Amino acid sequence: MDTFDSYVLMALVAIPFVWGVLLAFLPRERLQHIRLTSAAVALVVLGLTAYVFLAYDSSLGGYQLIREFQWLDSLGVTLSLGVDGISVPMVLLTGVVMFTGVLISWNIEYRAKEFFVLFFLLVAGVFGVFVSLDLFFFFFFYEMAVMPMYLLIGVWGSSSDFGSFLRPKEYGAMKLMLYLVAGSVLVWVALIAVFVEGGMGTFSLLALEDVTFSENFQRIFFPLFMIGFGVLAGLWPFHSWSPDGHVAAPTSVSMLHAGVLMKLGAYGIIRIGIDLLPQGAEDWMPVLIILGAVNVIYGAVSAMGQRDLKYVVGYSSVSHMGYVFMGFATLNSIGMSGAVLQMFSHGIMTALMFALVGVIYSRTHVRDIGVLEGLTKRIGLTAAFFVVAGLTSLGLPGLSGFVAELMVFIGVFRDYPVLGMLGIIGAAITAVYILRLLAKVFFGPLDPRWEHVTDATRLEGFSMAILVAFLLVVGLYPRPWMDMINSGVAPILQRVAGL
Amino acid sequence: MNYLLFAPEFTLTAVAFAVLGVDLFLPRDKKGYLPALSVVGLIGVFVLSLRYLWGRDTDLYDGLFLIDNFSLFFKAFFLVLGVMVVLSSVDYVKKHLSRPGEYYGILIFSILAMMLMAASGELLTAYISLELLSFSLYVLVSYGRHGLKPSEAGVKYILLGAFASALLLYGISQVYGMLGTTRFDEIHAALLLEGTPLNPAVLVGLVLIIAGLGFKVAVVPFHMWAPDVYEGAPTPVTAYLAVGSKAAAFALILRLFSQAFMPAFDDWQIILVILAALTMTVGNLVAMAQQNIKRMLAYSSIGQVGYLLMGVAALSPLASNGVILHLVGYGGTNLLAFMCVIVFYNATNKEEIADFAGLADRSPFVAMAMSAALLSLAGLPFFAGFTTKFYLFTAAADGGLLWLVGLAITNSLISLYYYMMVMKQMYMVPADDNTPLNVSMFSCGVLGMLLAGVIIIGVYPGPLVNAIQAATKAILP
Repeated sequence: MDTFDSYVLMALVAIPFVWGVLLAFLPRERLQHIRLTSAAVALVVLGLTAYVFLAYDSSLGGYQLIREFQWLDSLGVTLSLGVDGISVPMVLLTGVVMFTGVLISWNIEYRAKEFFVLFFLLVAGVFGVFVSLDLFFFFFFYEMAVMPMYLLIGVWGSSSDFGSFLRPKEYGAMKLMLYLVAGSVLVWVALIAVFVEGGMGTFSLLALEDVTFSENFQRIFFPLFMIGFGVLAGLWPFHSWSPDGHVAAPTSVSMLHAGVLMKLGAYGIIRIGIDLLPQGAEDWMPVLIILGAVNVIYGAVSAMGQRDLKYVVGYSSVSHMGYVFMGFATLNSIGMSGAVLQMFSHGIMTALMFALVGVIYSRTHVRDIGVLEGLTKRIGLTAAFFVVAGLTSLGLPGLSGFVAELMVFIGVFRDYPVLGMLGIIGAAITAVYILRLLAKVFFGPLDPRWEHVTDATRLEGFSMAILVAFLLVVGLYPRPWMDMINSGVAPILQRVAGL
Repeated sequence: MNYLLFAPEFTLTAVAFAVLGVDLFLPRDKKGYLPALSVVGLIGVFVLSLRYLWGRDTDLYDGLFLIDNFSLFFKAFFLVLGVMVVLSSVDYVKKHLSRPGEYYGILIFSILAMMLMAASGELLTAYISLELLSFSLYVLVSYGRHGLKPSEAGVKYILLGAFASALLLYGISQVYGMLGTTRFDEIHAALLLEGTPLNPAVLVGLVLIIAGLGFKVAVVPFHMWAPDVYEGAPTPVTAYLAVGSKAAAFALILRLFSQAFMPAFDDWQIILVILAALTMTVGNLVAMAQQNIKRMLAYSSIGQVGYLLMGVAALSPLASNGVILHLVGYGGTNLLAFMCVIVFYNATNKEEIADFAGLADRSPFVAMAMSAALLSLAGLPFFAGFTTKFYLFTAAADGGLLWLVGLAITNSLISLYYYMMVMKQMYMVPADDNTPLNVSMFSCGVLGMLLAGVIIIGVYPGPLVNAIQAATKAILP
């Protein structure tokens, strides 16, 4: 099994990538074949992520499944892959969301081949980021994950039109692209600075972890990582691309983007920002926690005022990512572990929500909360899943969101009781807009316009059931996830404490 | 003296004359043999160069020409470039230009000139090579048959080119007057002997040389000719201008500054830093406003010159590697972009950005190749542009220019915007006329080759970087 272990991470990146390239050369007319083979490939990749999850030994901790390939000696770049307790849940999350995303995309007819090509290239980039232990390749894959978004949204997306409020999909695509690349400008500068200041002529994360950067350097360059990655993670006030982009994107891309790509940003903050520059992190954490609290409240309040179902979910993502920032900013074990668990939980939950909104939209061609009414009578399964997702979102015990948010709150209360209160108020506002939405859209009298609406197909139901299962499993039995995440967070905290 | 070392140059001259001569005897419908002959000749010289010059380190004519890995690397690069430009010209010349014999002949002469520029070890030799290149380009630029634009381009290029040459010559005479030599190694020694601060007269000469060369590579504020010339010239010539003449000038600049003017590093670094900052910013900002695809690519290539100049300003072995790597990566990418424009123009006779609307439906392959080129120019991964830019920027930051690197990366963001606008036309705006684009198999093959090159440099640059390191070692031991 040793050879398998040493190639499994490589395969995670290579299989979606190679499939994406191969797909480009297949005839576009065989639509059913393209879908079936894509689903099969996605299933294989999902299997690999499950293998990584099971093979990772939490009791040992540290980086595992490490594998290095020579790439460019003169610049100190090696393709070095490995995972730790933080990246493994992210890898699993990506696998799950990708697989369900492929199933949800079944009904795409327009240029379906090109859609899957870009989708798989995006997935390859996301896996690449989570398994890279080299800053060059981290950034390589990071950019590669951002790149296909423009076309995915601009070509396959949908525009929002509420008369006075018109957001064409091209607007969302361009805004998202420019924001994200602007964020990566900061990251790129900071990465190069780390390379130069490290003075070892290498981009290897493992080697750079041994370097102690001067206090001044850390103080100047940590915010570059924090804001640069923060843009992708939806950090207030750089979040405004996120609702617009997610709303404009086609369903499976929203799922992947809100579910996984925003986590890339958060992952970058912890993996590179806090890990390499712990002193800078400590100095800047008061700022991050305030921004995170604003995220929570601002996102929740904005979500309350939306009429477009997808904008509600979009702003709720912004709000929930705030808990991730707050958890990071505590710099204590329980808060940070909670934040990482929140990344996983929110990823699954928001993917589920976007899938549900996609199902509703494809049946009614409407996302206006003012028009949708009493859908439960026609689409019972969808409504049931939406209730589960909504309750996760507002933090009902027994579902994954509760565990994660509770840990974040405990962590925050230790040092910042006032901000902790704000966080809880945010959760209360979430309950308001989620319950109101559920009541309006699903319950109450059925609008005769929606008489003919049909429920989710078996395939859609199956893919959403997978996501629901994860919400329940993590909520009821978080232990394996927590052990794993703790083993990943502990070394980073040691570096912070060792200052 | 071993004349064998000069065999590639002699052979290439013979090839050029052969193309011109054969043209006289070919009937009009058989002119298709000319590009074939040119390509065979160029590949022959390529093989010959690698066969005889590999690993040599010597000079010819008492140091006028240097035979080292640096000149060998650029010889090989220019010859490959020549092959690609000839291939991308075939359909265009057949459709839009008369007198293919002179076209290919002069093209080969200009490649010869570029090879000499990279190999020259003395200022006047460099100047004469540069003039051979410029004169060939003056002719090629005004080769178009119709309308005012080709003539305007030609006249503008000749007048400003001559002016630039005069500046360069004056600078050379100033340096010669003060230091008493024009050989690079002797200038180096003389400057070391003079010590600091640099004699103001030498500095004036140096500034004039920078200005003269700056004209040739379109450094802001000497860039005004570039957009008009790029727009008016036949598109394959534009591509050649954007890639070839820039690469040759940068080869000369690298050798000149590392082998001759290195002791005065502190004096010229600040000049290059300012020029680099100006060039990248102005080029990218103005590119946003362009409607014509060739003008947009012209301004974008001005932006790229800014990045390259930044590498020269941080001159070190790592930075030199970065500059050469980016030259190659940017060169391949730009050829790909221009090849797409050529293919599109051959089929539609249009070259405005708005004309690209709906290209993804009319020809998915060309749209994909164009997107790859644009994303590579913007510096996104797995295309050449990402890897070469990353290398170049890291090297410049390593040389202490982190703030300038920050500006360069910001400029990359700006450039992404206008490249995206082209992609938006191709993928999101429906076409007026939805007929599939008529692209020959041959053009598709050339596009495929260039696309493969751009991707290989992007994901597997190892072997190329090794060759570049060997080249750098020759000028910066």
